[in-house]
Order: sequence, then structure tokens, then C-alpha cells
Amino acid sequence: MKPNREQQLWMYEHMLISRYFEETIEKIYMEGKLPAFNMANGPIPGEMHLSNGQEPCAVGVCAHLTATDIVTSTHRPHHVAIAKGVDLNKMTAEIFGKATGLSGGRGGHMHIFDAKVNFSCSGIIAQGMGPAVGAALSRKLQNKEGVAIAYIGEGAANQGAFHESLNLASVWKLPVVFIIEDNAWGISVAKTASTAIERNDQRAAAYGMPGYAVENNDPIAIFEAAGEAIERARSGGGPSLIEIETYRLAGHFMGDAEGYRPKGEKDALFAKDPIPKFREHLAANFDWSNSDDEAMVKKAHEKVDAAIEFARNSEYAPVEEALEKVFV
Amino acid sequence: MSVATKERKLTIARAMAEAIAQEMRIDERVFVMGEDIGPLGGVFGNTRGLFDEFGAERVRDTPISETAFMGAAVGAASDGMRPIVELMFVDFFGVCFDAIYNSMAKNTYFSGGEVKVPVVLMTSTGGGYSDAGQHSQCLHATFAHLPGMKVVAPSNAYDAKGLMTAAIRDDNPVIFMFHKALQGMGWLGTERDAIVHVPEESYEIPIGKAAVVKEGTDVTIVGLTSGVHHGLKAARTLAERGVSAEVIDIRSLVPLDRETIINSVKKTGRLIVVDEDYHSYGVTGEIITSVVEQGVALKAAPKRVAYPDIPIPFARPMEQWALPNAEKIITAFELMEKN
Ligand SMILES: Cc1ncc(C[n+]2csc(CCOP(=O)(O)OP(=O)(O)O)c2C)c(N)n1
Repeated sequence: MKPNREQQLWMYEHMLISRYFEETIEKIYMEGKLPAFNMANGPIPGEMHLSNGQEPCAVGVCAHLTATDIVTSTHRPHHVAIAKGVDLNKMTAEIFGKATGLSGGRGGHMHIFDAKVNFSCSGIIAQGMGPAVGAALSRKLQNKEGVAIAYIGEGAANQGAFHESLNLASVWKLPVVFIIEDNAWGISVAKTASTAIERNDQRAAAYGMPGYAVENNDPIAIFEAAGEAIERARSGGGPSLIEIETYRLAGHFMGDAEGYRPKGEKDALFAKDPIPKFREHLAANFDWSNSDDEAMVKKAHEKVDAAIEFARNSEYAPVEEALEKVFV
Repeated sequence: MSVATKERKLTIARAMAEAIAQEMRIDERVFVMGEDIGPLGGVFGNTRGLFDEFGAERVRDTPISETAFMGAAVGAASDGMRPIVELMFVDFFGVCFDAIYNSMAKNTYFSGGEVKVPVVLMTSTGGGYSDAGQHSQCLHATFAHLPGMKVVAPSNAYDAKGLMTAAIRDDNPVIFMFHKALQGMGWLGTERDAIVHVPEESYEIPIGKAAVVKEGTDVTIVGLTSGVHHGLKAARTLAERGVSAEVIDIRSLVPLDRETIINSVKKTGRLIVVDEDYHSYGVTGEIITSVVEQGVALKAAPKRVAYPDIPIPFARPMEQWALPNAEKIITAFELMEKN
């Protein structure tokens, strides 16, 4: 089913929030890190994996979810977290390592946990696969509503955890949907060099579940495929696998020189940036004026700016609190 | 010798790559595999140049399939090859540990010594730059605890090259742990003292031999990787106060050169062990026990400076507070003096 106007505007709005969030984080991340780029410095130290370009994967799927549904995400989590409804102020504060952050600064950007909306992510490749299967099992055993969604990158589809989790979910017919964000690269290694087949949706057949391939980073097509898969999961039909062709408009992480990319690839990707494309689509298909657009952009910026301000103005937790929360 | 010896300062990353290249030139059986170790030269630079020199057949980027390529290393090594395998961060080994501790480390024993498994596993350790709980651990003890693997961890480029050469030539599995902050990658910040003169020709540092990096008479400070540099800094401060500290770099965890440590503590009567790995059940406890067990006469109870038993926090103030450093070593010494 195609998304209606309201759903499409929600998708667009969250793509805008996500993109502006990443652009803002990118700027702040660089504060204090130059002239010689040193990851340890600045208000946001450590690694930073940005999701610019991958927003359609987040909104096309999460448009079907409520806070009850479970999402496990990856080391590149911001777009999915935003679409899943993670508290933006607390997430931003977490990325800054502040006391008001989701975990009080213990986790940081690769460890965003918001239990209120059943969101988590991890820095270990494909680690979310098993937990998504388990959460789906839990819902089934407790006869509780909700589906689980496991996001991974295409590089992670070569992990044992991917294959084992698909099989387990299928054998037990669990309400889970596996989403592969195929941005063609696992750090410097191209999908073509690491993956024995061209498209990972074909692997679904080996585990007895439907597989979908969505091309061109298209939010509407993602919405449609995800809608079908999530409906199947909700109605007891078992798991599905969706691979989405998406674009990593950023480096693998901040500081990545991206020398491994063929010449011209980045420009070609920017020319296909999903956000301006979606804006054109809205203007062509709905009564969506420039001033409507500007208002939505402004709202998105305000939301992000407020979250950044919240994070900047928050304090760090007293250092001794590092010893707390190891156990409940 | 008529050739003047010129200082040739290398980072640990370059020293490792040089040792590997030199062994690959003389031994066709040596090959390298891992994630992003090919054209990229490794996320931490320690395979830089190898792909250009030896090509894709011997310098192989792998899929993110650690269970498969760790197992493959065991199989290739058992069949006569000498694989060098990298897994970027020591934190990632959970996904493939079976191939390592149940297979790589035991096959020689299971075969009554018939099967050799000459694998070198390279991995980065350590934090200090806010990469949080899945990218900053050391896990020294996790590897050192399990019998059947040698474990080395250099604190400077000279040792790194010699230990790497020895590791590749060793017929046993060797885990080569390099600390990120000593690696000489600008983006991680770098301990300058890890960048030292490295001879061009190849040489071995024997695995299982500690180094006394500074002699002293009042206290023995034992450490590895970053801990050695903290120890040296603490020793400088203590010297200003008239305290003469001896600093020992264990360099290999397995086998552990207990003799060098014990001899030093016999002389000084005081022992502080520094480790960036977790406090409990670790290198610090092992070394202190090794000394105490021998009945070495001590002037004060030994102390350890290690990472608290918590997952490594992201927030910079928390992480910096939790890390070992020179001040903590000095505080430990002061406490010993009080008692
Ligand atoms: C088990 C494990 N192996 C390796 C890594 C290092 N690593 C981090 S991101 C990455 C590439 C992941 O590629 P992909 O799954 O396609 O996701 P993308 O980064 O493209 O979003 C690798 C190899 C890791 N974090 N965990």
C-alpha cells in the first residue's frame, strides 16, 4: 500500500530532521579536532558514523511502527533512532556524553538505548540480529503486540549472526523483519568484493522467507515493501528480509578520506540525494507549496537546534557515577 | 662497521608493516587477511604498503565474516601456510572466539604436537579517545588466560618490529596486541615515546622476555603497552623526589618472564603493576601473585593500577577518570610509603 499524504509528510519531516541533525553533528564534531585531526578532542569525541543519504531506510520502515515495536540498529543509528521516536534531546545529550543523556553519557553515539520506544543499537556488526529475534519470540510467548525490526548494513549480511538469526526466526515463525541498508560499502570494502551474490534479498529463499529488493533509495517503495513485511509479521505469517539500495553520502566515519571510492561516485550519489527528490515528489503529487516546505524545514531545524542547545547546556555527570549502573 | 647509524624513527604501525613485508619477501607461506587490510592498509595503518607490494592474492580483504576467516586461518596454518590475521578491535573477538580458544590454541595439544598452527592474530587494544565500551577494551587477560596461545603487546616501535618478526617465525599461534594510543595514527593522538629508532634489517625480540626499560632501586613498576609509558612518567616524577623506580615492560604476557620481575622486586622490595585491562582476574593479579608466591621479601603490600571493573564509559570526563595514569602510580607509591 502506498503511504497517504499524512504519512508521506511524516516521512519527509523525519528525513529533514535526521539530515539536519547529522549536518549539525558533523559541524560540532569538528570543533576542536583540527588542525591535526584528533578524534579524542572536541565536544563530541570518539568515532562518528553519520547516516546522511540513508534516511529513506529509516522513515519508510518506521512509518509502520509504534513505540511498542522493537528496533535494533547499528553503529550508524541516528536516522533510525529519530524515525523510531527516540527522545531527541536525550539522544543528543548522550552523543555529547552529558548527564542528561539517555544513559548519562555511559554509552555514546554507538550505544543509543531508549527503552521507552524499544530502541537499541550496537557497535558490533550484526549484533542486533539475535536480540531482534529474541524480542519477537518474547512477544509471541507473552501473546503481546509488536514486531521486531533488525537493521544491519550489507556488510553485516556476511556475518554468521545474520544467517543463524534468519534461520531461527523462520523455524519459529517469529514476528520479525530484517532490514539491510545496502550502501555498497563496508568501510573500504565494496559489496561486490565481499558478497558472493549480487543481492542479499535472494538469501531469504535459503531460510524460507520472502525477500524484497528495493532499488533507488526510494522512500515510497521502502514504505510499501516494509508495510507488507510488517503486516505479515503482525498477522503471524513469520519473518521477511528486505534489502534497500541506499547511499552513504558521508564517509564511513568522520575523518574517512574515502580514497577507496571510484572517482565521481560521490558526485553521482549527491545528484541522487533522496531529500530534494522527495521534495520534488511532494510538490508534483500533493498541494505542497514552497512556503509549506519552508515551514517544515524551519520546524525541523528548530527541533534539532533545541536538542543541541539542551545537550550543550547540560552538565557532565560527576565522574564517580561511571561506577554506577553496571548492575541494576 | 663504517656505516654511520642514522636515526630511523618509526611508528608502531610502520614497524609492524615493515616486519610483515620482510617476512613475506623471504617466506612464500606468509599471507595476510582481515577487514580493510588491503588497499586501505588497515584502519590502524599496520598493513600499509603490503597490498601494493604483494597483491590481492597474499593480502586479502575479507568479508565481515570473522567466524569463517578465523577458522580459515587455523585450517591454512595447519596445512602449512603462515597466516597473519587482523581483527581491528580486540572488542570484536566475541563473534569468532571458538576458532581461537578451542581450535587454534588446542590443536597442537590434541594432535600430540603433530599439528602446528602458526597463526599471528593482530588486534588493537585500549582507549582514551572516547570510543566507548565496545571499542576501547584491552582484554589482555582474556587471551592470556587461555592456554595454547602466546600473547605479545609492545610499547614501542622497536619491540613491535622484533616481536612481529618473532611471532611470524614462531610455529605456535601468537596474539599480537597493539595499543591504539601508541600506534602513531595522528587521529588517535599519539604517545611520542612509542616512536623510536628501528633498524632497517630484520631482527627478533624473543617472545617471553621482559625488558627493564629503566633501572632503579626503590620500587618496581611493571606494565605493558600504555602502562609502560605511564610507569616511565611516574618514574621521572618520583626521581625528582629522590625515589628511584625500576620500570619493567613485560612485552609478552604469554610466556610471562616472571624471573625478571621477581629479581627486580627482590632488589626494590616494592611492586606496583599497571594495566589498562580490567582490575579483577587480570595481569595485575597474576604478576603480584607470581612475586608473592615466591616469598620475595616486601617492604610494603604490592599495589595495582588498573581499569575499574566497569564497561568503558563514553563520556570523556568519566573515561579519563577511570584510565590508569602516572598520577595514580605515584598515589599508589605514596600509599605504600604510609603503611
Ligand atoms: C564484529 C565486528 N567486526 C568488525 C567491525 C568493524 N566494522 C565497523 S563498521 C564495519 C563495516 C560495516 O559495514 P556495513 O554492515 O555495510 O554497514 P555500514 O558501515 O556501511 O553502515 C566494520 C567492518 C565491527 N564493528 N564488528
